[in-house]
Amino acid sequence: MTTSDLQRSYRVVGTSPAHHDFVDKVKGSLHYAADWQLPGMLHGRVVRSPVPSARITGLDVTAARALPGVIAVLTAADVPSNQVVELASGGLAELQVSMPVLAADRVRYMGEPVAVVAAVTPQIAHEAAELVAVDYEELPGVFDVTAARADGAPLVHEVGNTLVSWQIHCGDVAGALAAADVVVEGEYRTQHVEHAYLEPEAGVGWLENGVLTLRVSTQVIEHAAMIAHILGLPQSKVRVIAAYMGGGFGGKEDMTVEPHLALLVWHTRRPVRMIWDRQESLLGSTKRHPFVMRYRTGADRDGTITAQQVEIIGDAGAYPNLSPRVLFAAAACACGPYRVPNASITSTAVFTNNVPSSAFRGFGAMQVVLGYESQLDLLAERLGLSRTELRERNFLAKGDLLPTGERLDTCVEVAQTMRRALGMLGEPPRPSGPGKLTGRGLGCNRHPYGRTIWFRDRASAWLSLQADGTLLIRSGVTDLGAGQAASLGQIAAEVLGAPLDDISIYIGDSALNPPAGGTFATRQLYMSGNAVLHAALELRGRMAPVAADLLGASADDLEFADGRVWAPAREVSITLAELAAACDKRAVGTAHLSTWRAESGSFDPRTGQGDTFPDYTYGTHAADVEVDTETGQVTVLRYAACHDVGRAINPMRVQGQIQGGAMQGLGYALTEDMAIEEGYVQAALFANYLIPNAQDFPDVLVDIVESGEGKGPLGARGIGEPPIGNVAATIASAIHDAIGVRPDRLPMTPERVLALLDTRGSEQQ
Amino acid sequence: MNQCQITLIVNDRDYELWVAASDTLLDVLHDELGMADVRYGCGEGVCGTCTVLLDGEPVNGCLTLAVQAAGHQVTTMRGLLGPGEALHPLQECFLRRGASQCGFCTPGMVLTALDLVRRTGRPTREEIRYALVGNLCRCTGYTKILDAIEEYADL
Repeated sequence: MTTSDLQRSYRVVGTSPAHHDFVDKVKGSLHYAADWQLPGMLHGRVVRSPVPSARITGLDVTAARALPGVIAVLTAADVPSNQVVELASGGLAELQVSMPVLAADRVRYMGEPVAVVAAVTPQIAHEAAELVAVDYEELPGVFDVTAARADGAPLVHEVGNTLVSWQIHCGDVAGALAAADVVVEGEYRTQHVEHAYLEPEAGVGWLENGVLTLRVSTQVIEHAAMIAHILGLPQSKVRVIAAYMGGGFGGKEDMTVEPHLALLVWHTRRPVRMIWDRQESLLGSTKRHPFVMRYRTGADRDGTITAQQVEIIGDAGAYPNLSPRVLFAAAACACGPYRVPNASITSTAVFTNNVPSSAFRGFGAMQVVLGYESQLDLLAERLGLSRTELRERNFLAKGDLLPTGERLDTCVEVAQTMRRALGMLGEPPRPSGPGKLTGRGLGCNRHPYGRTIWFRDRASAWLSLQADGTLLIRSGVTDLGAGQAASLGQIAAEVLGAPLDDISIYIGDSALNPPAGGTFATRQLYMSGNAVLHAALELRGRMAPVAADLLGASADDLEFADGRVWAPAREVSITLAELAAACDKRAVGTAHLSTWRAESGSFDPRTGQGDTFPDYTYGTHAADVEVDTETGQVTVLRYAACHDVGRAINPMRVQGQIQGGAMQGLGYALTEDMAIEEGYVQAALFANYLIPNAQDFPDVLVDIVESGEGKGPLGARGIGEPPIGNVAATIASAIHDAIGVRPDRLPMTPERVLALLDTRGSEQQ
Repeated sequence: MNQCQITLIVNDRDYELWVAASDTLLDVLHDELGMADVRYGCGEGVCGTCTVLLDGEPVNGCLTLAVQAAGHQVTTMRGLLGPGEALHPLQECFLRRGASQCGFCTPGMVLTALDLVRRTGRPTREEIRYALVGNLCRCTGYTKILDAIEEYADL
């Protein structure tokens, strides 16, 4: 049996059952990372630097250690291996810079961990942390990318302030720009953004049989290897269990509580719980990279784009984290869903003394949407073409080359998503009164799913048909709340015919489940979905001859459904329990491990040519806004989003991803700003960081295209990250349409919109 | 630390407890009574993940001292479940509509909505939005939460 046979009729795929974790979630019975307690458990707390750049000249833990109830106060000297080297691009092009688990002699950002404390109550741990006395001799720092790149700038790390600079080139950009009928230019700036998952970073750790186990809120259980390295332990002695997360959005892709929790457990030999305060999370967690993007785009008079030059600079903050890969994704996606025959793209990550930037839903490929879509709108305006006409003229198609020299080998339905998104808006709105202007905007995107191709990605899954006919799935996948585990159940149910209620899904355990490689890069439906699909097909293929023999039918003609195996025309059947028993009697295994491998390739950082991502998800958002010319306030009146998801495994969950992504994008576009002034984080309270509430924005209308041509299971494309990408560009496009001036800086606050209205006024005079 | 003995009535059960005067209702429910459906999200009364009903009215557990709740009726979301953990009709609507993603905000959303519908009968969508301003969600974009609450109010 092949996947194409399956596609004749789906029973479970394409439906929207609310099963698995969602039942416990509405009951309130799911146990998140902070919800575990163990006997004798201590409470951990991190001591953080109050200054962004300083030398540590003294560190005294005497008073903290003397406080009754304090069990341990640890500093850099207590960390067996205090240097974490993470080469996010696999060492392809970045500087090798290490990050300490606890700062020893130098702090490079406000919030950097300096010491950790364990005590018998959270209150005592808090008090002890205050008693750790650290002397700081402040050093000059650099706080934005321009200052960091200036001659003689203070160095964040001795090796230099430029972490990585990617280049992608094709054709002759200078020549094509010189020959272009029109050239439009723009500079676009984006801000630091907070993930603001509602569940703060948390976990519990303990020792058992010589194994250090951490049960934490993490996207990546594979960090077990790094924790082992830090403690100088064999990798077999560290186990990481991922609790179902209360949101992550990339912010739980790097380690958060893990290294400090592990240290405290290892030193105290007792269970320890660590929960970051919200305020600590605001201060110490990674952020979305602020970008400065300079675009020059050339086109013929008929609107055909001939050249694009892009320079991207991202603020990496004080340590590398995942910046090399974020800036790579930005480079690979900088030209969007458009054919650009001559392109020159540079994408640079720069160290500053700001809190580190790292993964955040969209991962570099989302910031650039504001750049390329703004350029398209400016070009349309200059040429007197409609925005949709210009886009249709330049959309990529299957078989086209990207600037990296890769050929697109799946369909590009972006034009269809554009028509459908705009179609959902209906008639354009009229201003609600004097001093109000309305406008309509759109934004298209091309967003990768799956890891950067040179990592030769793989994911494993293990299935077992139990003696009673029920099914187990074991996978190392971690679950952010997007149905990562539940969708695996739907795929297995489709192939093996076990009812969803008879399937149990075990996830997120580095010791007990086959590795799935972490939940990030919109990769888990693609990777683990394929792993489960193939494991199920292979297991079915092994058991089918046994069923065929019992039913007197051909193995190829059997139907697995409703907990039974059916002969053709559903005349006779056996239960899955009977099949399991028959397999057992004939020594045919009913458990199966399968590893699925993504396509592989290589990228040459010198030529900027090669393979980048396995495939892309395309989509378009459209919005109507009203701008109050007195206050600069932008009201979003209607919002619509359409993406080609290849195949919707669970349409309701797909809608949820699109609606949630769009809402996060609206916050990014209009209200959210994790302002950092001279290295000092300004939003010390959650009350000061404005994520959208239920009143701020309208419902997000959703339409789904199912082209059936993705590389995920059954033709699916990933949808976790893509829908956040279009939003800022869409709102900027709508404001542009309303007021005639293009916003180029995020967030588009009332103050900034008023300033744009002023420039319009002065131009008219 | 000054400890005092209080009786908390949570989901129709009495609990005799020693608490510190400074202990929040959230701390006591989550850490002392092990109620995982009352959650720390911000400690500032902004996010609403620690919402419980105090004598039927939604309050933030992080801004309420345990001693203030002594003798009052406290309801957490799990208190809505029927015999055999049967879902409350509002929880059914949340499940059917896909109104939970990560699920962390769900208890607060459900309790706030339940109070609103009890008070107003059939709130408009805009009234529901207004009532939920103190309950943040970072995953769903709110649409499916609003759909679930409207469906429940129509029952």
